[in-house]
Amino acid sequence: MNALEIRGLSKSYGKGKQALSDVSLNIAEGSFFALLGPNGAGKSTLINILADIVHHESGSIHLLGRDLFKERGWCKRRLGVVPQEVAFDPFFSPREILRFSSGMFGVAPDEDWIEELLIRLELKAHAEKNTRQLSGGMRRRLLVAQALVHRPRVVVLDEPTAGVDVELRKRLWVFMQELNAAGTTVLLTTHYLEEAEELCDQVAIIDRGKLLMHRPMQALLADAAARLLRLKYNQPLTLNAEQLGALSRWRPRIDACSIDLAIPSNQTASSFHTVYTAAIETLGVPVDVAIVQEDLEDIFLRLTGDAHAGSL
Amino acid sequence: MQDRYNPRGAWTFFQRETRRFLRVKMQTIVAPALTAVMYLIVFRYAMGERHVPGLNVPYFEFLIPGLIMMAMLQNAFANTSSSLIASKVMNVHVFLLMAPLSSAEVVFAALAAATVRALIVAVVLLLVLFPFADIHVVHLWMILLYGICGSIIMGGIGMLSGMWAQRFDDMATISNFIILPLTFLSGVFYSVHQLPVFWQTINQFNPFFYLIDGFRYGFLGTGDSDPAKAAFVVCLATLLVVFCCWYAWRLGWKMKV
Repeated sequence: MNALEIRGLSKSYGKGKQALSDVSLNIAEGSFFALLGPNGAGKSTLINILADIVHHESGSIHLLGRDLFKERGWCKRRLGVVPQEVAFDPFFSPREILRFSSGMFGVAPDEDWIEELLIRLELKAHAEKNTRQLSGGMRRRLLVAQALVHRPRVVVLDEPTAGVDVELRKRLWVFMQELNAAGTTVLLTTHYLEEAEELCDQVAIIDRGKLLMHRPMQALLADAAARLLRLKYNQPLTLNAEQLGALSRWRPRIDACSIDLAIPSNQTASSFHTVYTAAIETLGVPVDVAIVQEDLEDIFLRLTGDAHAGSL
Repeated sequence: MQDRYNPRGAWTFFQRETRRFLRVKMQTIVAPALTAVMYLIVFRYAMGERHVPGLNVPYFEFLIPGLIMMAMLQNAFANTSSSLIASKVMNVHVFLLMAPLSSAEVVFAALAAATVRALIVAVVLLLVLFPFADIHVVHLWMILLYGICGSIIMGGIGMLSGMWAQRFDDMATISNFIILPLTFLSGVFYSVHQLPVFWQTINQFNPFFYLIDGFRYGFLGTGDSDPAKAAFVVCLATLLVVFCCWYAWRLGWKMKV
């Protein structure tokens, strides 16, 4: 079953700013899903629609098979959302916040589970403090604990690790991986691409409200991440239409004086030679040549970058 | 079926709304009591033993029920409105929106908490003002009906104001330019018979006038308006306000974009 089934979801804010346009996406139950995109791509809008903070305009969402917009009560109890903005009621301690949040979701506070959350998210020592005394990283972890306290089957994390230091971030991910192994579906947005690469089994990229692609992480990395031939010239490059046409099958990406061309993954002696020859014929002899491994960041930039977003 | 209703959630939210004002007792309970005592002392000595024209009661006996009701109305309004606007400004309202609570559950819990706060203030005021004058109860049912309906109405108006306001300044505008004039000009400090005809007519359209007059009627056994008419107006207004709150929350009016 799909944990989330999004069909034709659209949303625009006033003055015609289209935040989401016709986004369709399936997220299988049990997956660890990364939703990537630059700032303002529409990630948070999507998450806020799931969380019932923002109205949708058209389209549908099914959560674990139920219509999210018609059966809000059922769906909300099975969904835990970590919003991007960190804020708490200033009157309560972390432990009280967790109890309170549990009650709001209609669940009697499970003290053992609350204790475990406090320990796993390293908040135990601060459990009775006022939330105003917590550091930024602690507050963000409390936000994660709060989203998990009613034991949701689907967890959505909007930039959960911003401001959390590296060591704690790793431990947070170990915890999320354990939950995922136990059957919880995890959907996250992050700016740390290496994190997504390491953790997630599915990845979708959205930009300017449109879904650019959705694939299994392995397939994306294996297929797209052939290696790149990086040619460096001694002056900034611009491609005319003819040059672009000649090189387009190798997905050229220009960064000032250098150009990256993807070497097809069926690596034979001739595949490198074909790319290299075509490049020299089109652009002339470079001053330097390197071969680099394409990672998620390159793919991400390639898909969302201004120059070639249209060609995909 | 179990997932359609969330009584525990509503109860939790109600507890949050009551704990919020109990944590700041000084400003939510003690301050209104002190204000009422001040009014009473000032008017007690300014007016002396004078009686209210048209009603055969000493002025300060007339004043006490009005002061209690005014405090109840203001506190009921303050509870819902300040909770919502503070949540919005701090951005914690998202947790309420994310919780599986129906509109009816949210409205019920918020208005119940506002009413509880108003009732606590009323009891404290009664105790504090008791030494100043003989307080009689003539029609208990009227006191309860007007006290509770008035709190629900003002809690509801506070809720709608809190939803509408985006900043503390918006809230202050409503409090100072709408709520305060309406409560002051509702016959707390005077009988409408003391007013020129024009202002008597204006008063007929002030809902607070009926609330305070009916409440006072329960204590004095006499008042400015027809009790049956006032009771009808108040019950109708209560239903209307509750319905508006329910509908507005359901739509996410001014709460969701």
